[in-house]
Amino acid sequence: MEALFAILIGLFFAAAIYLMLSKHTVRILLGVVLLGNGVNLLLFTTGRLTREVPPIIPAGMDALPAGAANPLPQALILTAIVISFSFFAFLLVLTYRAYQELGTDNSDEMRLAEPRDEERPPMGY
Amino acid sequence: MAANAPALTFIVLFLPILAAVLAPGLTRFLGDRAAWVLALAPALAFLHFCTFLGEVAGGEVVTGGYAWVPSFNLSFSWFLDGLSLTFALLITGIGTLIVIYSGGYMKGHPDQGRFLAFILLFMGAMLGLVVSDSFLMLFVYWELTSITSFLLIGFDHEREAARRAALQALVVTGGGGLCLLAGLVFLWNITGVTQLSLLVHLENGLRESPFYLAALVLVLAGAFTKSAQFPFHFWLPNAMEAPTPVSAYLHSATMVKAGVYLLMRLNPVMGQTPAWEILLPFFGGITLISGTLLAVRQTDLKLMLAYTTMASLGLLVMLTGFGAPHAVEAAVLYLIAHSLFKGALFMVAGTVDHETGTRDLTKLAGLRAAMPITFGAALLAALSMGGLPLFFGFLAKEEIYTALAAGNPRAVFFTGLAVAGNALMFAIAFAVGLKPFLGPRIETPKHPHEGPAALWLGPVVLAALGLLAALFSGLAHRYVSSPMASAITDQKVTVDITSMPHLGLPLMLSIITMVLGALVYWRLDTARALMVRALENLGPGPDRGFDRLICGLVRLSVAVTRFVQPGRLEIYITATFILLALTLLVPPLVFGELPGVPAWPQNLLVQEAAFLLIALIGILAVVRATDRLTAIVSLGIQGFAVAVIFLLFGAPDLSFTQFMVETLSVVILALVMTRLRLSPRDHRPVGQMLFDAVVATACGLGFTLLLMKSVEAPFDNLLTDFFNAYSKTIAHGANVVNVIIVDFRGTDTLGEIAVVMITGLAVLALIRVRAGSRTGSGEGR
Repeated sequence: MEALFAILIGLFFAAAIYLMLSKHTVRILLGVVLLGNGVNLLLFTTGRLTREVPPIIPAGMDALPAGAANPLPQALILTAIVISFSFFAFLLVLTYRAYQELGTDNSDEMRLAEPRDEERPPMGY
Repeated sequence: MAANAPALTFIVLFLPILAAVLAPGLTRFLGDRAAWVLALAPALAFLHFCTFLGEVAGGEVVTGGYAWVPSFNLSFSWFLDGLSLTFALLITGIGTLIVIYSGGYMKGHPDQGRFLAFILLFMGAMLGLVVSDSFLMLFVYWELTSITSFLLIGFDHEREAARRAALQALVVTGGGGLCLLAGLVFLWNITGVTQLSLLVHLENGLRESPFYLAALVLVLAGAFTKSAQFPFHFWLPNAMEAPTPVSAYLHSATMVKAGVYLLMRLNPVMGQTPAWEILLPFFGGITLISGTLLAVRQTDLKLMLAYTTMASLGLLVMLTGFGAPHAVEAAVLYLIAHSLFKGALFMVAGTVDHETGTRDLTKLAGLRAAMPITFGAALLAALSMGGLPLFFGFLAKEEIYTALAAGNPRAVFFTGLAVAGNALMFAIAFAVGLKPFLGPRIETPKHPHEGPAALWLGPVVLAALGLLAALFSGLAHRYVSSPMASAITDQKVTVDITSMPHLGLPLMLSIITMVLGALVYWRLDTARALMVRALENLGPGPDRGFDRLICGLVRLSVAVTRFVQPGRLEIYITATFILLALTLLVPPLVFGELPGVPAWPQNLLVQEAAFLLIALIGILAVVRATDRLTAIVSLGIQGFAVAVIFLLFGAPDLSFTQFMVETLSVVILALVMTRLRLSPRDHRPVGQMLFDAVVATACGLGFTLLLMKSVEAPFDNLLTDFFNAYSKTIAHGANVVNVIIVDFRGTDTLGEIAVVMITGLAVLALIRVRAGSRTGSGEGR
């Protein structure tokens, strides 16, 4: 089962990275979303897969029943989902504003911080 | 000796720095009279150090100190033997005169307070350097003198020449300081001690160590750069860009002698080896002869003095490493004599410059009537520098020839060098100290007249001391020369040379020196023309080389920055992921740690397979999407598929969160995308697409292999068991995931909430900023 997940996760990463290698900010954005899901699934699988039983301690017991899911990766992923959503939202607005200000979604043409023909520093003292 | 002497010494060591802090305010309040008040600080320090004279002359060592960082075994500790005491007296004594002189020289200058503060700051650093006991303290003070020297050379920072000279001095001496640090670490590792007072009495071990040569070369790099030895000499003449009090104080009497001080200090433990006795005389000799030759070429009084200073430092290094009896004594005598006469002559040059408006030798003559006191001081100093009988310089020269002259070829060679160097210095001494005052008057930019007391006091005192020290040589030797020579050789040495000429080989060599010197003085213009022509044939020196080095460094850093940061996001991302792919794939291949081929899962349920497939279709559709709607919808499909997968494998909390987040993402994306009017279509050329696909596939493959390998290993339940065991019993929560988030890892969650909040604020700011500053951001287009 884990091997199947490993292949799917590899495909998630490959697709995400392929999209992020594009010059277009929208595609980079899509790549970031896929990357987030890929990472979450990776974490989930490293904690080993179990079916259906959630990590909730039944009434009258002090510990999880046998066969319950591993709670630790779930806690990590819960945080990761929220953080990657914040990241996505911020990037999206940044893309939107960059497009409004610069009139392009091509990252090659966004040269405000690092202009193409930057002046050399002075050679004197 | 009072019981609270260590506390007093501690205060005295910081007295100049305290005065430096007060200097700007005091100058604003008192004007140029402030210098007289500030001179009290070094004067008091001088008197304090004088109280140790008797004790140290008796062969004792004054030590003291406080724990600085006890956990690292670091202490702020000092020790005063003959060597450091003499240096301390020179620094504070000449320092007093220099501060007074600065008051006269910088009179009316708007930044006089800053200047005095820098001078006093330097004094504190230099004083600390020569009394330091611990290696680290020595290094800190060593670099502090470099930094204060930088500030003083660049004092007139509006001129490019001054800025260049300051930077050059800092790069050369500061770089040397770093070598010194490495050398000191070597010494520490070889001997196991971190205190000079312990190091100098080590019996053996250092010279026999295989690392001796490395330590020696590093220490010499520090000493040679500081003391302007060839080929690092070029910064010293350039440092003459500084106001003259600085040249007189730092670049002749004190700071440049720090390198010589270090060599003298380490002589007992590092000296008397073949390497020491070859390297020191060799570089010292070259510096001596090149310095004097370069001095002859100059017509600027200060530059002539600067080059003879370089030559004198060469002579001192040569004597320190020569190894013959009397060589160290000769170095001691010459060091003291040089500090006195060169300090005086520099101040004279500054006074002449100040009063006439020029310091070009060819434009100065006949000043004796206008400036009689300055002339007197100049003449006395020149007589000492020339080494005439009755002056301290004569004693030094006699001792030099006593030490050098012997039958073997090495001695003959260095005696020849010393005679030639001294003869040229004799000529320069009188060219500076006598020539401007003789002959008929020439018109100068300013009408010359005697300077105020502040300007002639320093030269007169120093020049007179050069005579008095020789006349009462017994006293001078007993309290200064002999203890200092004893400290350098680490055995009892008695210096007993007097100012009365006595027949012998040294006297003959002295007479030859004077005759040769007088000849050069007589035909100085011819000699200068000769040197100018010779140097033109030699081509550019290390000074030009420094410019090339700095320019090259700037060009290199520009090239590196342009290469590493070409300004294209695509390149950064590509580089990052190529590196990631290599990190993931290369180690398993190299170390043979690839996972085994997994078996096909036997019990795969239909719904599980279905949602895995849906997720797969979703991501493929996102990659292949050519219009906005397809991209958004397929992004939603893979997101919801992942949410269902979480649900199927026992993670309902994750599932619900994922559902919400995906819904929000799709809604927001749809909203923004409709406004953006952008198509997610791929615009890359095919070659680029293939390359990117290879990088992406490599990364994906890497993650797949990593995950397969890691699930092959048995699972470590340690943390899971902990949370399982304590969720209910301690934290009283049944939902273990929730308990971890809000209880065990509550602070993490707080951080997460903060991130979300900051993102929200940033998003808000980004959207609001448009409305407010449409005009301001117009240039962005």
